[in-house]
Amino acid sequence: MSRFEARPIPSRRMMLGSPLIAACAMLLTSTILFYALGQQPLHAFYVYFIEPAMTTYGIGELLLKATPLTLCGVGLAIGFRANVFNIGADGQLTMGAIAGACVALYFQDAQGYWVLGLMLLAGIAAGMLWAAIPALLRTRFNTSEILVSLMLVYVAYLILSYLVHGPLRDPNGFNFPQSRMFNDHAILPLLMDGLRTNVALLFALVAVAAAWFFCSRTFAGYRMKVSGMAPAAAAYAGFSDNANIWLALMISGGLAGLAGVGEVAGPIGQLQASVSPGYGFAAIIVAYVGRLQPIGVLLASLLMSLLYIGGESAQIELQLPSAITGLFQGLLLFYLLAADFFIHYRLKPKFTNLTPLTPVALVTPPMSPLP
Amino acid sequence: MNPSITPAHDTRPQLQLLGISKRYPSVIANDNVTMSVMPGEIHAVLGENGAGKSTLMKIIYGIIKPDAGEIVWQGRQVEIHSPAAARKLGIGMVFQHFSLFETLTVAQNIALVMGQSPAQLAQRIRDVSEEYGLPVNPHRLVHSMSVGERQRVEIVRCLLQSPRLLIMDEPTSVLTPEAVLQLFDALRKLAAQGCSILYISHKLDEIQNLCDSATVLRAGRIAGTAIPKQESARSLAELMIGKELPSCRLLPRTPGDTRLALRHLTLETLDPFGTKLHDISLDVRSGEIVGIAGISGNGQQELLKALSGEIRLSDAAAVQLDHQNAGHLSPAQKRAAGLCFVPEERLGRGAVPELSLAENALLTAYIPAYGSGMLKHGLIQNNVMANFAREIIARFQVKCGDEQSIASSLSGGNLQKFIVGRETMLAPRVMIVAQPTWGVDVGAAILIRQALIDLRDQGVAVLVISEELDELFMMCDRIAVLASGQLSRAIPLAETSINQIGVWMSGDFNVSGEIDYV
Repeated sequence: MSRFEARPIPSRRMMLGSPLIAACAMLLTSTILFYALGQQPLHAFYVYFIEPAMTTYGIGELLLKATPLTLCGVGLAIGFRANVFNIGADGQLTMGAIAGACVALYFQDAQGYWVLGLMLLAGIAAGMLWAAIPALLRTRFNTSEILVSLMLVYVAYLILSYLVHGPLRDPNGFNFPQSRMFNDHAILPLLMDGLRTNVALLFALVAVAAAWFFCSRTFAGYRMKVSGMAPAAAAYAGFSDNANIWLALMISGGLAGLAGVGEVAGPIGQLQASVSPGYGFAAIIVAYVGRLQPIGVLLASLLMSLLYIGGESAQIELQLPSAITGLFQGLLLFYLLAADFFIHYRLKPKFTNLTPLTPVALVTPPMSPLP
Repeated sequence: MNPSITPAHDTRPQLQLLGISKRYPSVIANDNVTMSVMPGEIHAVLGENGAGKSTLMKIIYGIIKPDAGEIVWQGRQVEIHSPAAARKLGIGMVFQHFSLFETLTVAQNIALVMGQSPAQLAQRIRDVSEEYGLPVNPHRLVHSMSVGERQRVEIVRCLLQSPRLLIMDEPTSVLTPEAVLQLFDALRKLAAQGCSILYISHKLDEIQNLCDSATVLRAGRIAGTAIPKQESARSLAELMIGKELPSCRLLPRTPGDTRLALRHLTLETLDPFGTKLHDISLDVRSGEIVGIAGISGNGQQELLKALSGEIRLSDAAAVQLDHQNAGHLSPAQKRAAGLCFVPEERLGRGAVPELSLAENALLTAYIPAYGSGMLKHGLIQNNVMANFAREIIARFQVKCGDEQSIASSLSGGNLQKFIVGRETMLAPRVMIVAQPTWGVDVGAAILIRQALIDLRDQGVAVLVISEELDELFMMCDRIAVLASGQLSRAIPLAETSINQIGVWMSGDFNVSGEIDYV
């Protein structure tokens, strides 16, 4: 019978190879899917994966979408390394967007880029505050941060919905659920004319570099790594669990809040009923596809961004349903988790059946005497 | 020689291994191993950690497939593909770590393997267990049983399948001296009926007492065979390690001031299977080694966690370090006060399996009070860390690639040398060591014990918690016994004997009024 056996040491090759295997398996499955939908798979792949990256504008869009994914993904990865599972980055992102928008709308007529600075700080603070709730409940009452942070996502959505339908609604906006457009001093500067990519991309790159430094060089990063790999060793060494939980949630909450400001002060330019197509959730996939490594997260968020944009062009050009994006994301995570199993296990080949042979001649083994 | 070794009815070997080899990517576990076991023979397999004993046994029991070689069973060449196939042939194995469901009864556990209902089995379990002098009540829940009783269940489970060969992997590491004798009687009875026994152990005196013959493995190869009763423990050990056996020396020394004091330490446990600690008092002075004997599960885990700070006590005065109340301190605070600790579990607690030895050096050496210099402004100084790890590796003869090898790639004994070395190099005032040589081979065990004795000679207060009485008698100045969460007084080694401590280990000591503070 074939069976799985634990590897003596986790396989490094498999660890790096598993995202590639997952991506290939995803493509294979989608071939079948495209066939079933009556599409030419090669053409569909072209539309989905190649076409979006063929133009400068397309690459700009790719980077634009990768920005919030990277910011959220880097923060989540740091937490996941320490077994702190912040699932609510989308809520923290939403709260960051709300706080940033409130600052922008309050200083409607102010001049000067200090408004933008204040918006960024407010967004980071709001994301941290929203993440502080699961941190407090976990450290005080041992509640699951997974459930609390997830439920708070929906609370944040409802707060946003209330604000854009009520107090922050644009009085001249024909009753659309959205705020006034921000003035120019509350909009992040663009990196290049003609592209929508803005300086938030630089923030994301700085976050990646800082996270890399944090994880590989600082003692706080080491503590979190140990807590994730071997909780008993962390307790033995005297690392505080609570400190890790707070740090993980503050970092991921703050970065998600920053991503939220980046959206409202970037491509959106106002507060709308929805500020994120689920970036905070997609960032969970990004974190794992990126092997919880900052550089990996950057690459994974580019892939995820391609899935978003490719999904949109598939809707337009191939008339495929919008669910296709979620489907691709799901397939990717599904195959990744399956492939990850082989980091710690390997398949033992099938045995032949037990076949006792005819008696063999007795062999007396040579015995070496004591020296 | 034991008459059972050559029963009249059968003179061909029960089991023959011919040229068995098993290679792993980094090591050769077995290299051309050839041996045979006669019916009714109790055959010892001796060797250091990593000598390939366990791999060989797993090959016989069908868990591992050999790369080359033949297994001949009762004169027929066989391939054993799985433990089920091994059991079908009549091969049983009792593992070092038990495979019982704690929430089920004995009969239910056994029924899982036998494919009969627990009710049908109950009477047979009673009969067989009594026949071999290993009484077991089939209706008891496993979690309520001591380790020794659980092992009986494992053995009875094998016996019910009427094995022709029983493999026992370090069976006595968890037993009291009295239970060991009971086990040996049962094994002798079994052998007298023609069942062969392969017996793996580190304990040479047991092998001399029990076994008819011995095969010694060294680095995966047969290093020789011997009749244990005709050898001395020393010559067997030297055959195992392939060189002359070093020994550790404990010279009398007058202890100094009390460094670690326990005062009426009482601890309730939240774990339903845990042990409550009751009114534990003890002094450990500078320049002495105090041993705590006792079978695991009698409060060792709880006591160690209370000492290390992993459990914080409400009564701050219950643990005192250098006369300062320390019961309420966290592990980091305790370490800052000069306490170093080697836990029983090496992988996952004493060291992080996935990290390199250098990174594992940082695990405890980060405490500023130790002054290792590994951290500057919260940043890790990689070269300081690597140098520290290299020094441990050199001083404690840790066998590994280099300081970048990951911890889980080391054998148990070498990792233990690394952990003991790390804690030793942090210049502790008080050193606490749990099961210092559990599963560690002879050579490494002596090195570790000598390192602890050296610490004592430098004036460190050393507390050793161990199940191995021989070890405690080899290295301790005073010895106490922990049984059912209560601690006996600590008596100087000269005033006691292994027998007395053995009696105490069953819980039979007078606690009240005899605690003498020093």
